[in-house]
Amino acid sequence: MARLESFDELGRDYLLSMPMPAFESTPWVTPSPVREARIAIISTAGLQRRGDRPFSVDSADFRLIPGDTPASALVMSHISTNFDRTGFQEDVNVVLPLDPLHDLAKQGEVGSVAAMHYSFMGATHPAKMEGTARHVAGLLKQDAVDIALLVPV
Amino acid sequence: MGALGHYLEQESIATAGISLIRPHTEAIRPPRALWVPFELGRPLGVPGDPAFQTRVLRALLSLLDVPAGPVLRDYPEDAPGNGSAEESAGWACPVSFDRPAGEEEALDAAMQRELRQLQPWHDLARERRGRSTFGEAGLTIEQVSEFLLAWTGDVRPASLSADLSSPQLLKLATEELKNFYLEAAAAQPGAMTGRQAADWFWGQTAAARLLLALRAVCLAAPEPDVRWMGHNLMVPRAEWSRFGIEDRWWRPA
Repeated sequence: MARLESFDELGRDYLLSMPMPAFESTPWVTPSPVREARIAIISTAGLQRRGDRPFSVDSADFRLIPGDTPASALVMSHISTNFDRTGFQEDVNVVLPLDPLHDLAKQGEVGSVAAMHYSFMGATHPAKMEGTARHVAGLLKQDAVDIALLVPV
Repeated sequence: MGALGHYLEQESIATAGISLIRPHTEAIRPPRALWVPFELGRPLGVPGDPAFQTRVLRALLSLLDVPAGPVLRDYPEDAPGNGSAEESAGWACPVSFDRPAGEEEALDAAMQRELRQLQPWHDLARERRGRSTFGEAGLTIEQVSEFLLAWTGDVRPASLSADLSSPQLLKLATEELKNFYLEAAAAQPGAMTGRQAADWFWGQTAAARLLLALRAVCLAAPEPDVRWMGHNLMVPRAEWSRFGIEDRWWRPA
C-alpha cells in the first residue's frame, strides 16, 4: 500500500510535491555491534501517553515514552488523516515495536533497550524539528544509547 | 523521518529508519533506511503478528552491520492483509446500520442512531483489547458528536476544553469520532485491513457525511489555519475521489 503506484494520481501528485529538506552529505556513525548496543525507538507517529499534551499543527516538540509504558496508556494525536490507525488501535507494536525489541534483547540479539523512547509528530516539516532532535540526541547519550531506530507512520 | 537520521547521526547517535515513501528517502538520503511496502500507518507490517514484526525489526537492525552508507534497502516481504482491493472483497462489517426507509435522514438524527447502534460494539472492542484509543478529549462520544454537529451550524461553538481552542478541539474531536467508529467496527472476528475499515467508514456512515460537511465549514472559515484544516485534516486524500473532491491546494494557482 505504501508503494507509490497504490495511491491514486492525486495522492501521488501530493506526495511527490512535498518539499524535502536538502542535505549536502550523509553523516555516518559506525555503531557498536547490535548485540552489544543499547537501542531506543524514535517514532514520528504522534504518540503520547494518555493525558499528555496532544500534538497540534506544526508541533516540533516531542513526547516521552518510558519503556515500561503499557499499551493502554498510549494514544495517538498525529494531525494527519491520511494513514490507517486501525492497526495501532489493535496492536501498538505495529507502530512502536517495543515488545519485539525487548524480546530480541532477552534473546541476546541486541544489547539492551533504552529506558526512554521518544515521539515526534511527523507532519511537521523536519527542518523545524532540528533543534529538538539535537536535544533528544543529548538525552539519548545520557541514557547511554548507541542506536536509535526511527519509525515513521 | 529521514531528516531526523541526519540530525541524530551528526550528534554521534547511529540510526536506522523505516522508509514508507521511497522517493522521499531517496531525496533525503539518510544514513540507513529500510523501505517497506506496507500500508501507511503500519510501519511494522501486521498488527498482532509478533513474528512478522520481529522479521521487519531484524531487517532494520541488519542495516547497522553495513560498513558504509548511505544505504537504502527494500524489505522483501509483503504484509498479508495489505489493503489491496482483492483482499478487501468479501469483508463485511458487523455493524449494519438500521436506517429508516424513505426520505434522507437528518444528520443529527443519523448520528444519534449510529452512536446507539455502535456503542455495544465499542464496549465489546474495549473489553477484548483491554484498551481504547478513544477518550483523549475527555468527552463522551455523544458530546463529541454534538460538538462536531454544532460546528456545522451558523454559530461556531465554544470549546469544551480549558486547554484547547474550538478549532483545536474540532480536530481532536474528528479523530475521537473516527477512533470510536473504527474500534467498534473492529469488534468483528478476524482481521480488518485499514482499507476495509476506510471503505466502511467513508462509504456507509453518517459520520463521514458529518466530516464532509465540516470540511466545507473549515474551507469557508476566515482564519487561514482553519481553512488549512479543511484542505488537509477532515477527509483523507484517498477518499477524495469518492466525493468528487479535486483540491490540489499544494499547486500554486
